[in-house]
Amino acid sequence: MRTLINILVKELLQLARDPKILPILFVAPVVQLTILGYAATTDVRWVELAVCDLDRSVASRALVDAFTSSTYFREVVAVGEQRELDPWLDSGRARIALTIPAGFAADGAAGRSVAVQLLADGSDAMVGTLGLSYAQGVLRAAAVGGLPEPVDLLPTVLFNPDLVSRFFMVPGVLAMIIMIMTMMLSSMALVRESELGTMEQLLVTPLTPGAIIVGKLVPYALIGAVEITTALPIVLFWFKVPLEGSLATLALLTLPFMLCTLGLGLLVSTAARTQQQAMMISTFVFMLPQIYLSGFIFPIQNMPAAFQWVTYVIPLRYYVTVLRGVFLKGVGLEVLWPQGLAMLGLGLLILSVARLRFRQRLG
Amino acid sequence: MIRRVLAVTVKELLQLRRDWRTALALLGMPVLLLMIYGYALSFDVQDIRLAVVDSSRSAASRQLLQAFLQSGYFVQVGALDDTRPLDALFDSGRAQAALVIPRDFAAALAARRPTGVQFVLDGSDSQTASTILGYARQVVAAAGPSLAGLELEPRVAARPLVWYNPNLESSIFLVPGLLAFILMVSSVIATALAVVREKERGTMESLRATPLLAIELLFGKTLPYLLVATVAAATSLALAWALFDVPVRGEIGWLAAVTVLFLAGGLGWGVFISTLADTQQVAFQLGLLSSMLPTLLLSGFIFPISSMPPALQAISHIVPARYYIATLREIVLKGVGPEVWWNDALALVAYGAVVLLLATARTVRSL
Repeated sequence: MRTLINILVKELLQLARDPKILPILFVAPVVQLTILGYAATTDVRWVELAVCDLDRSVASRALVDAFTSSTYFREVVAVGEQRELDPWLDSGRARIALTIPAGFAADGAAGRSVAVQLLADGSDAMVGTLGLSYAQGVLRAAAVGGLPEPVDLLPTVLFNPDLVSRFFMVPGVLAMIIMIMTMMLSSMALVRESELGTMEQLLVTPLTPGAIIVGKLVPYALIGAVEITTALPIVLFWFKVPLEGSLATLALLTLPFMLCTLGLGLLVSTAARTQQQAMMISTFVFMLPQIYLSGFIFPIQNMPAAFQWVTYVIPLRYYVTVLRGVFLKGVGLEVLWPQGLAMLGLGLLILSVARLRFRQRLG
Repeated sequence: MIRRVLAVTVKELLQLRRDWRTALALLGMPVLLLMIYGYALSFDVQDIRLAVVDSSRSAASRQLLQAFLQSGYFVQVGALDDTRPLDALFDSGRAQAALVIPRDFAAALAARRPTGVQFVLDGSDSQTASTILGYARQVVAAAGPSLAGLELEPRVAARPLVWYNPNLESSIFLVPGLLAFILMVSSVIATALAVVREKERGTMESLRATPLLAIELLFGKTLPYLLVATVAAATSLALAWALFDVPVRGEIGWLAAVTVLFLAGGLGWGVFISTLADTQQVAFQLGLLSSMLPTLLLSGFIFPISSMPPALQAISHIVPARYYIATLREIVLKGVGPEVWWNDALALVAYGAVVLLLATARTVRSL
């Protein structure tokens, strides 16, 4: 136990001696929070709309107004001829182009059905898809012309009534901090010893490999915990993310996730010989695939079956469920125990594989 | 001068070759990411788990439910007698949405009174929830008139037409972002770490003792990463074209030119970071915060810039990936020439010039 504390102190001293790392460690969560809270919004608003009104009637102007009075569209240009739309779409200055044909008002008045053309820029598939569906919504509302729909859909949204994407993005910063600290920086710290040749010196001390591992990894888990404590008030009071569940549940279920990421950090360190490699391996092999395949940004249920199977071995998948469950749904262990168990199992598995590899490298 | 630059380049390449894991990560991982992008990621939602509470139990209510199931988006996970069990279904995530049809649904339709059905949604994943709500609106709007026995011809129809990416496939639109990301990681972070490594190991002194000029050292250290990153980018683009039919409509020459511009800025930034950091951990954190995150989140790669608050939109103007991704989409997907994207390219030139100047000035001073 004393030896363990010694190596912990050594690692913390080394970290503290670098005057640049501490400010970064505290600025980092703030930057991540700001970006996740404000930029990572999947709501598409103010889509740039180009209008080509060939009818120039009261009815056509009313239709354009219906588009621009919603928060979904922003008119960037009105052109007189359809081929003038091309450069606007080509340069991406407009994402959706609306063409109202000549005779729009006359046909409408005569009771004939009329068609308007919508051109969408598909090179940004997300804006294209959502922009088209908003546009069709506006057109449908305009077509019904104030008459009530025979069957109305009365939506009730649970857990996040206004569908604020910030509420489910911002808690993700906790996962990000944990991954960066305990997976990426800790693996770099371990590799640093071998890169600088000081690992041998550590090994000739009476420390067991287990103590070295724990002593090198725990400081990063501690700093991660401090960073989370800094970040939480910002999450709760600045971004006003509702915390429906209990902090205790969150803390309890964060432990098995940390176990997984610490194990991954150790695993990376056994595969890398330089810090550069450790960075590359943890970024490309563990960090990005985890972010993409965890359901954090892209829904899992829509992935092909093979990829859905892969997601079961991704610790972040379970942690994202935990974050959303605790923050937005307010559920506790009675619902989230399978996630906790899955992370615990994965964590133990990863740690034992990593420990085995670590011993092999030393032996 | 050139010979000395080349000497450093060869040294760095040798080190990189001995260190095959970095080379593998730089060249192999883009392939893995591309697979994930191409096969796994999409914003559409299918097989939405729908719980149904049908209090009406009429022909009309069954017809509405059929309309939901036949749309292809929904699968039924439960038929409930009342709404009480819904809480548990939503808490555990077994249901994502619930359709609640009121008792007087059929009667109201028969009496030509407007009626409503309730649609309950799990909003904890707001992105998925908005998509689901959109689908439900479509289904009800399409089925409503016939349920009410109306022949409602929509008076204004839309003729949608999607350019550049007719099936709105996400792989096609994510590829430019992937290229930018790979190039950013391999130029900024790999370079910064390569330079700081010399400092950390104490070999920077030995390099300084050689007759190398600071600028020669700088070029020599960054050239190998320029090479590796270019190869990685070309591989990804070729794979994207072969596997996912990502069309390359524009000129390859322009593509290469813009890529080199972007890389020059990235390498400059990497060198700049290396002058600030004394350990690779610090260099990595700085690189992560100043280049990787902005490239991922502030460039319009996944999240649309137009929906961001004005302050962040302003910040996105100093993220070079923003211009690079826009230009790539224009060259690769739209096939347009410099007359359209010259201002984006100019921004990249300006960025590269400023960053390289800064980097050189600082390197000269710190050496």
